Amino acid sequence: MNLLGDIFLLIGGAFMALGSLGLIRMPDLYNRLQAGTKAATLGTLAVLLGIGFHHPDWWAKLLVIAGFVLFTNPVGSSTIARAALKSGIEPVHGGNRKVES
Amino acid sequence: MDNTLVTPAISLRHYVLVFGVCLLLWVLLVGNLAVQELLAGVVVSALVTLLFGSRFGILTGLRFSPLVPLYIAGYLGYFMVALVRANLDLALRVIAPSLPIRPALVEVKTTLKSPLGRLLLANSITLTPGTLTVDVLDDTLLVHWVYCPPGTDMQQATDKIAASFERHIGRFLL
Repeated sequence: MNLLGDIFLLIGGAFMALGSLGLIRMPDLYNRLQAGTKAATLGTLAVLLGIGFHHPDWWAKLLVIAGFVLFTNPVGSSTIARAALKSGIEPVHGGNRKVES
Repeated sequence: MDNTLVTPAISLRHYVLVFGVCLLLWVLLVGNLAVQELLAGVVVSALVTLLFGSRFGILTGLRFSPLVPLYIAGYLGYFMVALVRANLDLALRVIAPSLPIRPALVEVKTTLKSPLGRLLLANSITLTPGTLTVDVLDDTLLVHWVYCPPGTDMQQATDKIAASFERHIGRFLL
């Protein structure tokens, strides 16, 4: 049980790390948001699952946290992207595969 | 086709639903089913429903049928698979030395009419492989796509990005 929990904690951490790498490597705000949102969401879920294996009696609260993260995380990213677009930050467009990072 | 946002009128069912959601949240947060806690939960949920039920319009789009929980479960399962795929896809792109991205902004049409339906669709798109909802204007979603294949038009983009989610969500929301 504890081992399983540790594995999920590790998976969550790994996804978060990959997301951070994405933040550094991606060329513009929109792509960075993509990397950040997805990695943070799944990373958080995996960490919550890991905690759930360590403390099975916390499952109800963990479920509520997971629900709120799932519901609000994409809304936040969407809003940031929308604000960026409205304030005139041009997205990098296709074709140019490698952009100065 | 009528594309405007539809918010159905608030009925008694709606209040029951709001009450149920509040009570469920209460029970999950309290974490046990003791009678005292339940009673307090019922009182608080009833109070919240009476005070704010009429402004809680976002839940009104839900369809009512016995199969709805099943559809929601199906949607959640499909969504979780998509979320894991999205992360693996993104991880591969980030790790690959050549950084294989071809970003573009595309527009996607939706047939969902309720506010909650469109919110769920936008959220789902944000969390699935390579796409991020930037803006929602009536029935058009502006989507940022990390790898947009050359020569994609709106119809193709809609099919690729939104169609499958729309099918799942459309079963339990207007």
